[in-house]
Amino acid sequence: MITKRIIPCLDVRDGRVVKGVNFQGLGDVDSPVRLAKYYSDCGADELVFYDITASAEGRALFTDILTETARQVFIPLTVGGGINTVADFDRVLKCGADKVSVNSGAIRNPSLIGQAAKKYGDQCVVLSVDVKRVDGVFRVFARGGRDNTGLEALEWIRRGVGDGAGEVVVNSIDTDGVKQGFDLEMLEAVCRVAKVPVIASGGAGKTEDFLTLFHRIPGVDAGLAASIFHFGEVRISDLKRAMAEAGIPVRI
Amino acid sequence: MTAIVDYGVGNLFSLESSFAAIGEQARVTSDPEIILAAERVILPGVGAFGDAAEKLRNTGLDRAVTAAAEAGKPLMGICLGMQLLFEKSFEYGEHAGLGLLKGVVRPIREILEETGADPERQLKIPQMGWNALRFCRDNPLLSGIREGDYVYFVHSYAATGCGNSLLADTEYGTYLTACVGQGNVFGCQFHPEKSGNVGLNILKSFCAMGGGAA
Repeated sequence: MITKRIIPCLDVRDGRVVKGVNFQGLGDVDSPVRLAKYYSDCGADELVFYDITASAEGRALFTDILTETARQVFIPLTVGGGINTVADFDRVLKCGADKVSVNSGAIRNPSLIGQAAKKYGDQCVVLSVDVKRVDGVFRVFARGGRDNTGLEALEWIRRGVGDGAGEVVVNSIDTDGVKQGFDLEMLEAVCRVAKVPVIASGGAGKTEDFLTLFHRIPGVDAGLAASIFHFGEVRISDLKRAMAEAGIPVRI
Repeated sequence: MTAIVDYGVGNLFSLESSFAAIGEQARVTSDPEIILAAERVILPGVGAFGDAAEKLRNTGLDRAVTAAAEAGKPLMGICLGMQLLFEKSFEYGEHAGLGLLKGVVRPIREILEETGADPERQLKIPQMGWNALRFCRDNPLLSGIREGDYVYFVHSYAATGCGNSLLADTEYGTYLTACVGQGNVFGCQFHPEKSGNVGLNILKSFCAMGGGAA
């Protein structure tokens, strides 16, 4: 039986792992390569590297780190951040990424998903969406959750999947960093419109939050988190054992 | 040395790295002479069957791969590379494969409909993620792993009618072909280079097979 995936996300800036709480107040954690290897050894099913670098030097540093990680870690590796063109896809795929996630780049250039899916296949293109409720409507936010694009999130996701996105990461800005659990209402709504794998992000604070997620929203394929793994609040090996005990299909 | 056939389909960096990680020499190449001189051959691939089959033929590498197999060298196809080993595929039309193994490649959607898979499970296409192997036949390729071990799949099509070459399958509404092997020709639908230690152990077993060094 196909298993539910646990995915640690590593935000990388200037070659170091960072994590924002509500996207602000960044703090240094560890070397991305070491952390990636550690997670892979602990049973992480996949890794996401998110490049939040602004400078060209930082970007070159990021691809070096990506290459070094892909040399040592043999689980799927998804890369996001600063992906605006098909050439950006090419840049990170050559360094060993398996999937590429697009967010603001697809908002600025809506044809990006279709172009990339045609060139690299649907399985390679991940649509990542930062979503926040505004007057009771799910809206897409851009630039790391700062700008309301006005786009209606469910329609945006339906369109992205139609254009060839093979997977959707839903990051709820409303629950991100709050550690009170995933945004079940939002995820349920997304699972109704997206018939591709859905990855839940934002809000995990403890093991039970993952159990609740997979029990309550069967359409969700994976749970993604950053700080709770980085700071050791939840250990991936313990989490997966708890999932198995709770009857959730999981790779151990 | 293992030749990893580069015919312009997909990213071979991880595959190359995984051979380095198990201490085996591998070379990414599009040179038929290097392929024919190698001890064993890997045929990778992602994307659409029709495009890949065309690229393989246009580069003439289809002949090199077939010749290597006929010379008795261990050959392993991975993901789309495995599908190319079969007679044909029904991915967007009908396309001929290399015909090194008996069987045809068909949409998972159709296979699920025919076998009456439970619609309640809302199985997504592609199958993307980690799934367990069920062994169907003993084979040296699987000697380093155990039944029930998990491997990483990404596919919307699956090989059917594989007959005696079926080595392992995986449960996804029905049982889908996961691993095949007959004589010196092998295939993995999943990605051993992305399946952690289980995948690396499969590659080790492949590298331990009697080479057909030229």
